[in-house]
Amino acid sequence: MLHYFLKRLISLGLSLVAASVVIFLALEVVPGDPASYMLGLNAQEDTLNALRQELGLNGTILERYVSWAGGLLTGDFGTSYTYRTPVAGMIGDRLWVSLPLALYALILSTLIAFPAGIWAAARRGTAADATVMGVTQLGVAIPNFWFAMLMVLVFAINLRWFSAGGFPGWDAGFFVAMKALTLPAIALALPQASILTRVMRSSLLDTLNEDFIRTARAKGLTKGQALWRHAVRNALIPVLTILGLQFSFLLAGAIIIENVFFLPGLGRLVFQSISARDLIVVESIVMLLVFAVILVNFAVDMAYAWVDPRLRRRR
Amino acid sequence: MSLRKIGLGVISALALTASMGLAHAKGDIIVAMQLEPPNLDPTSNAAGAIDSVLYSNVFEGLTRFGPDGSVNPGLAESWEISEDGKTYTFKLHEGVKFHDGTDMTAEDVKFSLDRARGDDSQNAQKALFAGIDGVEAVDPLTVKVTLKEPNGSFLFNMAWGDAVIVAPETIGDIASKPVGTGAFKFTNWVQGDRIDLEKNTDYWGEPAKLDKVTFKFISDPTAAFAAVMAEDVNAFVGFPAPENLPQFEADPRFQVLVGSTEGETILSTNNKLPPLDNIKVREAIAHAIDRQAIIDGAMFGYGTPIGTHFAPHNPDYVDLTSLSQYDPELSKKLLAEAGYPDGFTTTLKLPPPSYARRGGEIIASQLRAVGIETEITNLEWAQWLEQVFKGKDFGLTIVSHTEPMDIGIYARPDYYFQYDNPEFQKLIADLTVENDPEKRSALLKDAQETISNDYVNGYLFQLAFPTVADAKIKGLWKNQPTQATDLTAVYWED
Repeated sequence: MLHYFLKRLISLGLSLVAASVVIFLALEVVPGDPASYMLGLNAQEDTLNALRQELGLNGTILERYVSWAGGLLTGDFGTSYTYRTPVAGMIGDRLWVSLPLALYALILSTLIAFPAGIWAAARRGTAADATVMGVTQLGVAIPNFWFAMLMVLVFAINLRWFSAGGFPGWDAGFFVAMKALTLPAIALALPQASILTRVMRSSLLDTLNEDFIRTARAKGLTKGQALWRHAVRNALIPVLTILGLQFSFLLAGAIIIENVFFLPGLGRLVFQSISARDLIVVESIVMLLVFAVILVNFAVDMAYAWVDPRLRRRR
Repeated sequence: MSLRKIGLGVISALALTASMGLAHAKGDIIVAMQLEPPNLDPTSNAAGAIDSVLYSNVFEGLTRFGPDGSVNPGLAESWEISEDGKTYTFKLHEGVKFHDGTDMTAEDVKFSLDRARGDDSQNAQKALFAGIDGVEAVDPLTVKVTLKEPNGSFLFNMAWGDAVIVAPETIGDIASKPVGTGAFKFTNWVQGDRIDLEKNTDYWGEPAKLDKVTFKFISDPTAAFAAVMAEDVNAFVGFPAPENLPQFEADPRFQVLVGSTEGETILSTNNKLPPLDNIKVREAIAHAIDRQAIIDGAMFGYGTPIGTHFAPHNPDYVDLTSLSQYDPELSKKLLAEAGYPDGFTTTLKLPPPSYARRGGEIIASQLRAVGIETEITNLEWAQWLEQVFKGKDFGLTIVSHTEPMDIGIYARPDYYFQYDNPEFQKLIADLTVENDPEKRSALLKDAQETISNDYVNGYLFQLAFPTVADAKIKGLWKNQPTQATDLTAVYWED
């Protein structure tokens, strides 16, 4: 067991190093100079040089990589070129918006998808099944930003139940903050829930055709009992895989929704930083996301083992 | 009427008066804008958003711009200019305090100006300070600035946001905790969301009428529309979706102010790249362009046509649009004379703003009509700066030059459009040392005509500045003589 963990730890470390090199080099070849972006059209060459010097942009590639990667190891993410504040603090602030939003959306989509998927699978071929399939088809097809705008129009402009966007911060109170995240979370959750419902349904239908279900029925279990006791748990593996992928996506991929609701999240920070060539911020956030994806994958692996004891023993 | 009903009536009447009382006491305002400042130091970053939040509200200079673009006394209550025009003696206001409680003195002025012109200065407009030879703090309230040469626009230069007075003891944190002398104090910045200011109760001048100001940053045009409609924000300065303005105008809840800016939007032309180095070709391009079609198509009708690189609201502006009247036939004739009867192909590189992207498509089709093919490339700002501005690797580009009174850029032969005319350079050199208002005015008119006659660039329109605000807000600036959202005189009407 210890051997397995060490092996895994080493491979995790290696993939992080590889990722850091790839990220650094990829951004190195992007054209554009942060100093000229900051100082604009009237800047003089000596001013630009003074700024480059201060930002540490005049060193060689190797020097800059070592100082950045070395900083990461000690938890120092460096200082943003444009904002002139520590990157770690900036990311921390944004995570307090992005992480709760991603979790909120994930919980919503799970709460919708699990019952809907199971319900549809249990009533395969009926009108109920057709309805669920139709609605989820629509949910997959509708772009989430369009749905978000529609919700703003109805709930913010016409009904005035919600703000059109923005985030008051957790200092304003838990429920106030959660309320501000509700429309964005719904917009993010809808397509995810649709995909998840369909995966849940088809996975469950596959399991219901398995021999052990027939055996269970032969032993005298009702259809419902066989479904709940034996099928659902076995159908969860593909669902968990999708769920893990979705969480990584929600954390990094909410850029458009963050723009529609002008939320100060991680996605918008990456977006702003790329256009301002604030490379150190981009590098650090992408690194963090890589780390998060690896972590989530690990958590999903653990969850597999939990739903399928065979995987546990194989280790 | 039953007793219960009367009771209800009393309660609702009370509630009504209570809410009216609140409305009366309204001393806070939420102002939205599109771009968030990257940091809060106006003296080391070109981003206009910094000035849009802090200029005049938090930071002040020796002089300041009024809403009409005039230069008024700021921290300096008066000044004397020596006979030779080289020495400016500024008398500072008494009792001016920085927001941290320390006095603003002549030493602070000296520090600020020396910092901006020093060797390791990171000031984006360092040229403004280039003519300063020395700064001397004569006594706590008197500053003497010596210039190398007389400079007719020195007082104007000192009104820029890049020339505000800062304190040496707070300079280290200026990017995140700006400490100025203005009528509002900085209180809080939630990055990505908002910046809060509050009234400076110790302000040396006319105190602000508002108690609390919140700037919110909404970059997406659709989100901007939603935020105003839902009344999440009280005002949106620089509203990004001109197509929605008529809807706001029709709505009694809102007022729409469409002002002018210092933004000359031009079809910048690489004057060194054949065939654009040929004046006939550039003249042909000028006549191929239908300005009104661009204003209507790209800006939904908002914008003033210009025929030179000068703001139309300036008293010295000369209307030269007739020199580049829309005339495709003349354009074709000029192309033939220049030796391109079948036209030619060039590049058109477009930065992100909608005036460039939308305008670029329209210009491309107008140029195609006279036989000029353009290869359109959309660029991000950082790429644009690298390729076009620094690398000069372009044929045509569209950009708005937003710095006030920037006709002087035409005197820099290495500037990205590479216009090199010694006559014009002499004109600007003369203008710089000229102090007589009448002679200055004549020189400025000459300068406008010269570049217009040389068809240096295609002159399109002056960028409009739309503000949508709650109908009860008074005192907002309509025009943008500099990038600023001066809220010192803003109040809610009862």
